[in-house]
Amino acid sequence: MGLVQEIDFGTPASKAEKQVTLTVDGFTVTVPEGTSIMRASMEAGIAIPKLCATDMVDAFGSCRLCLVEIEGRAGTPSSCTTPVAPGMVVHTQTGRLKDIRKGVMELYISDHPLDCLTCAANGDCELQDMAGAVGLRDVRYGYDGDNHVFAKSRNALEGGVANMRWMPKDESNPYFTYDPSKCIVCSRCVRACEEVQGTFALTIEGRGFDSRVSPGMHQPFLDSECVSCGACVQACPTATLTEKSVIRIGQPEHSVVTTCAYCGVGCSFKAEMRGDELVRMVPWKDGKANRGHSCVKGRFAYGYATHKERILNPMVREKISDPWREVTWEEALSHIASEFRRLQYQYGRASIGGITSSRCTNEETYLVQKLIRQGFGNNNVDTCARVCHSPTGYGLGQTYGTSAGTQDFDSVEDSDVIMVIGANPSAAHPVFASRMKKRIRQGAKLIVLDPRRTETVTSVHAKADFHLPLKPGTNVAVVTALAHVIVTEGLFDEAFIRERCDWSEFEDWAAFVAEPQNSPEEVEKLSGVPAETIRGAARLYATGGNGAIYYGLGVTEHSQGSTTVMAIANLAMATGNIGKRGVGVNPLRGQNNVQGSCDMGSFPHELPGYRHISGDAVRDIYDSLWGVKLDNEPGLRIPNMLDAAVEGSFKGLYIQGEDILQSDPDTHHVSAGLAAMECVVVHDLFLNETANYAHVFLPGSTFLEKDGTFTNAERRINRVRKVMAPKNGLADWEVTQKLAQAMGLNWNYQHPSEIMDEIAKTTPSFQLVSYDLLEREGSVQWPCNEKAPHGTPIMHMDGFVRGKGKFIRTEYVATDEKTGPRFPLLLTTGRILSQYNVGAQTRRTDNVVWHAEDVLEIHPHDAEQRGVRHGDWVRLKSRAGETTLRADVTDRVSPGVVYTTFHHPDTQANVITTDFSDWATNCPEYKVTAVQVGLSNGPSQWQEEYAEQARMSRRIEGRLEAAE
Amino acid sequence: MSHDENAGRHPKLVRMANQIGTFMLSKPHDEGVAGVAEHINKFWEPRMRRQFFEVLDGGGGDLLPIVKEAAPKVRRPAPVEASAS
Repeated sequence: MGLVQEIDFGTPASKAEKQVTLTVDGFTVTVPEGTSIMRASMEAGIAIPKLCATDMVDAFGSCRLCLVEIEGRAGTPSSCTTPVAPGMVVHTQTGRLKDIRKGVMELYISDHPLDCLTCAANGDCELQDMAGAVGLRDVRYGYDGDNHVFAKSRNALEGGVANMRWMPKDESNPYFTYDPSKCIVCSRCVRACEEVQGTFALTIEGRGFDSRVSPGMHQPFLDSECVSCGACVQACPTATLTEKSVIRIGQPEHSVVTTCAYCGVGCSFKAEMRGDELVRMVPWKDGKANRGHSCVKGRFAYGYATHKERILNPMVREKISDPWREVTWEEALSHIASEFRRLQYQYGRASIGGITSSRCTNEETYLVQKLIRQGFGNNNVDTCARVCHSPTGYGLGQTYGTSAGTQDFDSVEDSDVIMVIGANPSAAHPVFASRMKKRIRQGAKLIVLDPRRTETVTSVHAKADFHLPLKPGTNVAVVTALAHVIVTEGLFDEAFIRERCDWSEFEDWAAFVAEPQNSPEEVEKLSGVPAETIRGAARLYATGGNGAIYYGLGVTEHSQGSTTVMAIANLAMATGNIGKRGVGVNPLRGQNNVQGSCDMGSFPHELPGYRHISGDAVRDIYDSLWGVKLDNEPGLRIPNMLDAAVEGSFKGLYIQGEDILQSDPDTHHVSAGLAAMECVVVHDLFLNETANYAHVFLPGSTFLEKDGTFTNAERRINRVRKVMAPKNGLADWEVTQKLAQAMGLNWNYQHPSEIMDEIAKTTPSFQLVSYDLLEREGSVQWPCNEKAPHGTPIMHMDGFVRGKGKFIRTEYVATDEKTGPRFPLLLTTGRILSQYNVGAQTRRTDNVVWHAEDVLEIHPHDAEQRGVRHGDWVRLKSRAGETTLRADVTDRVSPGVVYTTFHHPDTQANVITTDFSDWATNCPEYKVTAVQVGLSNGPSQWQEEYAEQARMSRRIEGRLEAAE
Repeated sequence: MSHDENAGRHPKLVRMANQIGTFMLSKPHDEGVAGVAEHINKFWEPRMRRQFFEVLDGGGGDLLPIVKEAAPKVRRPAPVEASAS
């Protein structure tokens, strides 16, 4: 199989259209204007020796190894910094060049250890390669002089004296080491941190021979601003920055391209393997979502796959108070089948249902909804998108005719004004954030609507031009106020609206937004955002060039989530920011395959491809293929399932890869619903929180252990490839298939590609998608059909999917969740960079060094009033429940607002959140909860009871220690 | 305040129906009424619609006028499926 080889062209590609022809060593080569000689040579197949150049960063010209001679020009210019010119005649290998290069290499090696045989980079060291390439045979200078290599002086006179230039290895980062003795000061790491990641955590301290790479102010990596994205490690040509896994295991021998299983960016990685052991994950340069970049989660946090707490055998128990009993697959599956059939016989066909996973593949999700519709005979299927982006589906569907995000990620390279609403990509979609910040450093403007002053609002060389720190729950008012300014100041794009939208609907909407109660001055009173800031932001978005909106769960997870999505859609239509590169309305999806799980028919009212279940023609397709009569009534959504369970009409649930007890709001209500059911089946990697209420546990497989596809936030269908056998014995799609077979269904898929073929056959937007196509194209964005055989990077290019874009009035309605004397503060929730969702994966990796517990951010003013100091334990209480956690006193939050994350089950922020939800989709209102905060003596009673109950419910017969 | 026998029945469902009604209030009246009915028909499982009609048939409780007006266009679900118990 071998390693996936990627050519390093030395410098980034030029985007120029004009072509230039030159000769390199007698070969003619034609490249875009602005290309470096180094890159042009590589295009011609000639690799010029280099050390400080790599095509992930701009040319720097410091190593002096890539020198060339150009006919008619004096000297020996560096090929990385010299652009091509028409008719140029370049020589890369002359006597003069050879001598210079050998001399340069000799100097490098004179200050570098010669422990190549035992070095972690052995087999993957560019310095070693270059020594070989230039024919270095001798180093005349010795090591007695000044050096950075040895801890003690080797000079005979000073023998044994400490070498002040030497620095010990920095092993503070859990995933990689920094060994200064091996550093050649090529600055590739520093430039990767600046240009690719945009964090600027690294610099070169000192000058000349004193130059050293320095994280922060000469700090250990872990204490610096470093976000552990891995770009520096990837850029390093030596063993100076090396993955600890490579040090431990050795160099990989083969690699497989696959897709990250964390956030909705969907980065492509090379899983680099030695046998069936994963050595490291390296971002793949040809990955169209990430373009060779990564974050700490995808790059490093995969250790959960082999964590000791992973459950590998199916388990069953009679009552949830019993310990688990390990059983065979056959026993577990036949138990579920007979229980589910019993429940349906006893309580009716609609008494059971299932939840598909946004972490599993499209193929697996498709099978779960098929099992429910075909096997259970109802539409009681939902997915975690219910609690995140269901309002996107509804809001964009109403206005544009499709829930699809409009752009690809590349589009941001052409944006002039970027508006981020209710999202913090620096923490939750870090690789997109890096691409966005790169564009901001090139001059694009940034507007952020967020109650907190997040990393996205202020980061190095990327600051928001306008930050609208709105009070949680006032999104609709503020976005409508932006529209007010655009309409009343005449900043709308009349030509676009007349051509693409219904003009009379626009007039109606314009009259509505122009009403005085929607003016920034009035909205300031509700939202706390100064009117002038709203006006400034609106003017910038409407007139600043290509305006792109990116939004997250701060938009959707509200009582008016769907209304805000419509308000955003209105804004983009009114300004003509739809249907071309650089613009658009872009929902940033949370989980890796939340887009895909929605596409695959996971919602109770629609079949794959967003076709409503009431449509006879659509049902006919499946009726004839599956040999059943599908129910034409919508099924229950997750909150409705729990309500029905409490009421006694819903009794059984199959949950694949989701932890609703921790992730869904109002934990008490969720646990009451689960406890009222008679057969809860959890299919997961770990005994998660929901499993405390389960009767059957089916062990799941990780993304490394199966074939399939994930669809990211830009609708890109990426392959997931199996790199090792499932430790639990079966891939998740096989488990669902065996369950279907146990329930009497005649399924016989041999490979996930056959499932995709069925999806393509039945779903118009997937018509031409196949594993063969994905093999050829790498990835493809749906719709992919006869009209768009190579997929659709940008939607609505020639008109809206629904025909005319629809302007919809967006009346602000205050949420019923109101502050008052008992609960005077507003709690809003979110995520941080190092942890992912409920933390089931990331808590089982070394990422906990960055975030070992959830903390409560509280403004100094509110903290002082309550006698709360930084680090104190505080009690957080709402009308739904209470918990305790530590306080982080900070002015990132405004007075009156507190904030926490939901990554840790022992804090369980969702004990606090209420059962209020979006009017259209029942998406929970996570982002607004009225709370009180006070000093605490210790864990709440609930926390103590929960910890005890969790411990009891995780007991496994015959094992002493219960797994977490 | 309503004083009929169904006051307070299925409060969560009434709240959800009223949330839909409230959004539809900003539309032209007929369109709004149709919108409420369409939304409930499209997204509410028969059990929920059954409860909706329980509230409505008992006088409508705290349902907003626009919701009550939309009710005739909401599809009445089939009677409860016969089960063995």
